[in-house]
Amino acid sequence: MPDPFTTALAAALQSGALPPGVTARDPAEAPRRFAVYRNNVAHGLSRALATRFPVIERLLGAEFFAALAPLFIAAHPPASPRLFEWGGAFPDFLRTFPPLAGLPYLADVARLELARGVAYHAADLAPLSPAALAALAVAPDTARLALHPSVQVIASDHAVGTIWAANQPGSPPRDITDRPEVVAVLRDRGLSVQVWPLTPPEAAFVTALRDSLPLLAAAQAATCHAPHFDPAPLIGRLMQAGAFIAPSKETP
Amino acid sequence: MTQLPNAPGIGFKPEHFDALRASRPDLGFLEIHAENYMGAGGVPHAQLTALRADYALSLHGVGLSIGAPGRLDADHLARLRALIDRYRPESFSEHLAWASHGEAYLNDLLPLPYTPQTLAIVCDHIDEVQQMLGCQMLLENPATYVLFEQSTLPETTFLAEVVQHTGCGLLLDVNNMFVSASNHRFDPRAYLDDFPMQAVGEIHLAGHATEDLPSGPLLIDAHGSPVAEPVWALYAEVIARTGPRPSLIEWDNDVPALPVLLAEAARAGAVLAQAGAMADA
Repeated sequence: MPDPFTTALAAALQSGALPPGVTARDPAEAPRRFAVYRNNVAHGLSRALATRFPVIERLLGAEFFAALAPLFIAAHPPASPRLFEWGGAFPDFLRTFPPLAGLPYLADVARLELARGVAYHAADLAPLSPAALAALAVAPDTARLALHPSVQVIASDHAVGTIWAANQPGSPPRDITDRPEVVAVLRDRGLSVQVWPLTPPEAAFVTALRDSLPLLAAAQAATCHAPHFDPAPLIGRLMQAGAFIAPSKETP
Repeated sequence: MTQLPNAPGIGFKPEHFDALRASRPDLGFLEIHAENYMGAGGVPHAQLTALRADYALSLHGVGLSIGAPGRLDADHLARLRALIDRYRPESFSEHLAWASHGEAYLNDLLPLPYTPQTLAIVCDHIDEVQQMLGCQMLLENPATYVLFEQSTLPETTFLAEVVQHTGCGLLLDVNNMFVSASNHRFDPRAYLDDFPMQAVGEIHLAGHATEDLPSGPLLIDAHGSPVAEPVWALYAEVIARTGPRPSLIEWDNDVPALPVLLAEAARAGAVLAQAGAMADA
């Protein structure tokens, strides 16, 4: 249970009132001096949110973002000092915030940015060796390719990957045709977080692997979208990026 | 834990990683904010592993909320323990402050009144931290902007009592002390006279910002500028009393290029060298 002291100060940090007992050498200046803490908390968390969602800040503009952030912070404050894990509720907050109803793609861009944060901090696991891949390919009906925890699939009714790429620092403004897109977010062997556009069969294949389906079943899921889909090139790219790990039954 | 060398260090910023690896500057140690390394893997741990091979390491926490009533976050303590077990830092330090309320982390170092009751709380928390982490910790004096009517103990007395009851060491942040002295109109030299210098295991130096209020300046511990001249003067006086101590340049906002930090560290190094020469003479 929170105690009366921190409860009173935390409430005052929100409300702007001066908490009981707080004073200054010149008591008339106590409110102004206490406001330093209020500004620190508000500004610090707002910047932490912007660090987590830089493209959302760019899409909304710094001023709008700074006005929106306190509303999100009040409703969904970080639950721990690990601020890089904060913000899971931000996509839904953007989706349901009435003034943003005209920008329906924002929530999915925020999901992409969340996924990039997950990929950046994901566990370090040894990639699958080419020999182990070759051994798995012998029995595709039962073999499962285990994806590294950084690998995530973001499917959207909007051009989520194109919008994200067009709003990187230094990217020139350009016209974007809004259409459904799917991207894979993953961390490569150099620890860089990548955003890969996926075709519909590629997306079905990676999603099936994410769902732990065997190799053959994943390929069949993909051929629903494209009858002649060959997963080999995509498997090659994922291998090169280190996106597969040794299956857990192989680790001692 | 072994000890940090009595030499200057800098707060590590990821944007300096390549420059640090390329030039391997002569620094006594690097300091990191523990919370930034509480993810599972990826770049933060790869960078820290590489740097740890070259430098002594100070693990500095900002999120433990030692200064608030209520239980410490056991999960957070366990994460600190895991970092200590993995990287074997030469030092662990935290703040005389609080940062969480209930389920919400407020991301700032918030103040507390100094009373026998808060002293007992802080001592209990530090006992728990040192037991859980299996090492002595250093407690840092805060920069504060307000006073509490409830306070009955001077900050220096509070810190001396904490040291006596828990056996922890102190991290003397000279800029924090100067900021508080300016804000509350006390004499920083009188504060230093009362400070338990024998417990100082590390010193922090940083820049502050200034606003003008009717009664005088309001100093803010902003960590976004060079160390101010009055702080350098007080630092030399501290080192004259303590002898050489590990001394950190902190610069967390508007982070400059590495050479700017190294120049500040070299200036601290000159003060340390002079004190060392005096001690040897």
